Amino acid sequence: MFKYVKTIKVVVFLFCLLPLGIMVYDGFQRNLTADPIDELLHRTGIWSLRLLLLTLAMTPLKILTGQVGFIRFRRMLGLFTFFYATLHLIIYTWLDLGLAWGHLWEDIVKRPYITVGMLAWLLMLPMAVTSNRYMIRKMGKKWKRLHQTIYLVIGLACLHFIWLVKSDITEPLIYLLIGLILLLIRIIHHYYGQHTVNQRKFKKGSNHTA
Amino acid sequence: MKFKNTHKDHQVTDESIYKSRRKLIKAGLIGGASVLSGSSMALTLPKHKTNPSFVIDELTEERDATTYNNFYEFGLSKSAPAENAGSMKTEPWTVEIGGLCEKQGPVDLEKLISNFQIEERVYRMRCVEAWSMVIPWMGFKLADLVKYCQPTSDAKYVYFETLYDPQQMPGQKGRSIPWPYREGLRMDEAMNELTLMTVGMYGKKLPNQNGAPLRLIVPWKYGFKGIKSIVKIKFLDKQPVNSWQAIAPQEYGFYANVNPNVDHPRWSQATERRITGGFSLFNSRIKTQMFNGYEDYVADMYQGMDLTKYY
Repeated sequence: MFKYVKTIKVVVFLFCLLPLGIMVYDGFQRNLTADPIDELLHRTGIWSLRLLLLTLAMTPLKILTGQVGFIRFRRMLGLFTFFYATLHLIIYTWLDLGLAWGHLWEDIVKRPYITVGMLAWLLMLPMAVTSNRYMIRKMGKKWKRLHQTIYLVIGLACLHFIWLVKSDITEPLIYLLIGLILLLIRIIHHYYGQHTVNQRKFKKGSNHTA
Repeated sequence: MKFKNTHKDHQVTDESIYKSRRKLIKAGLIGGASVLSGSSMALTLPKHKTNPSFVIDELTEERDATTYNNFYEFGLSKSAPAENAGSMKTEPWTVEIGGLCEKQGPVDLEKLISNFQIEERVYRMRCVEAWSMVIPWMGFKLADLVKYCQPTSDAKYVYFETLYDPQQMPGQKGRSIPWPYREGLRMDEAMNELTLMTVGMYGKKLPNQNGAPLRLIVPWKYGFKGIKSIVKIKFLDKQPVNSWQAIAPQEYGFYANVNPNVDHPRWSQATERRITGGFSLFNSRIKTQMFNGYEDYVADMYQGMDLTKYY
């Protein structure tokens, strides 16, 4: 499968752009419901969360399948997560609030769901900035620690979602559950999987696989 | 109570009346069209006039007001009601009247409606989720219905219930709300000139997704007070618990008056997104008005009440 990593990367890239493409298309078709700003906020938010989980799924997939190639999609998925989160933030501050900075500040201070959402984006920012080979090499072990804040981000993102829904929190809880399962796989692997065949096999080739 | 025109957006200008008339003529309502028949339904709306005190120029497009709804009986998404409500049978429709009043028992809706004067009123509609619309409703005053029911002197509240029928309302198979949906008003709120028992919108019968065949419209309160598809009306001496209050009492109260100064615990109520129907991607929020702009009609009912406590 991973002989064709480059081809697959192109496919994944296009897949990640698809939600945006559909939003633009629906915009022209007047298909963004009666409240397009709310709809765009919801879609960019939900895709950011889905891509975040997909990013987090790469290491567990490697652990479970032994296919080290999964790791090669992680950066792209992570950057698309940040891309949709940034769109989400822009739509909120620009289209929704009309760049009323006073209102934005009030929201950040007074609305816990905005506070945690904002925090999640801010925590992603340094990860996005350092997601290049130069920074990986330069930061060494610190890089890994920095990028472990992704676990915090997934928690904050789910909290953001739970606190904003009016009544039924099933959907955000499903995302949270997936996040927890992905984390659990890593924890189990970390404590009990050190001596498995897979681990030994990939020890040489793997560099930063957290 | 006088109908004053202190608010910019329900000015009674000749032009605004003319415009809304023109809309009604288009819908075949004015000009001798006294009987309006829906596609295959039997319920007819009696002759009605537009109340010039309640005209707002910029209506929300009908398409938006009829496809963007909160009606959890048909699903949790805004589009679900329009998708799922079509098959609900609204005729014949019986309303059960009871509690502390003279008139008791079931009454056929069409017969009930024939007792009242139907009129069109354009009201702002403010959802607790901080979006709003401007909708031309058609209905009769709840005050007239209350008088018709002859409540006893002990009756202090009017209580309403939505149809409970999971076969027709698939959302009721889930447990998002303790069914049936319940609402209530204090007697003076029920008797207020503004409170409308609504049977139509945009010159037509209410579409199912908007709460056919009979719903409540209380324009100075958040939209969730406007209970849909009403089958039960009861007069009570104690304040009933409305559905959203039952679900989350710290977030939704009995009064639910639109109030930009009292925020929802999780979001601000100071502003709202007005849904017009046009290209609205660059329309940022507008300021929410006290009592949704109906302060002159309703503020005296809440004199001396702490509105941060009675939200």
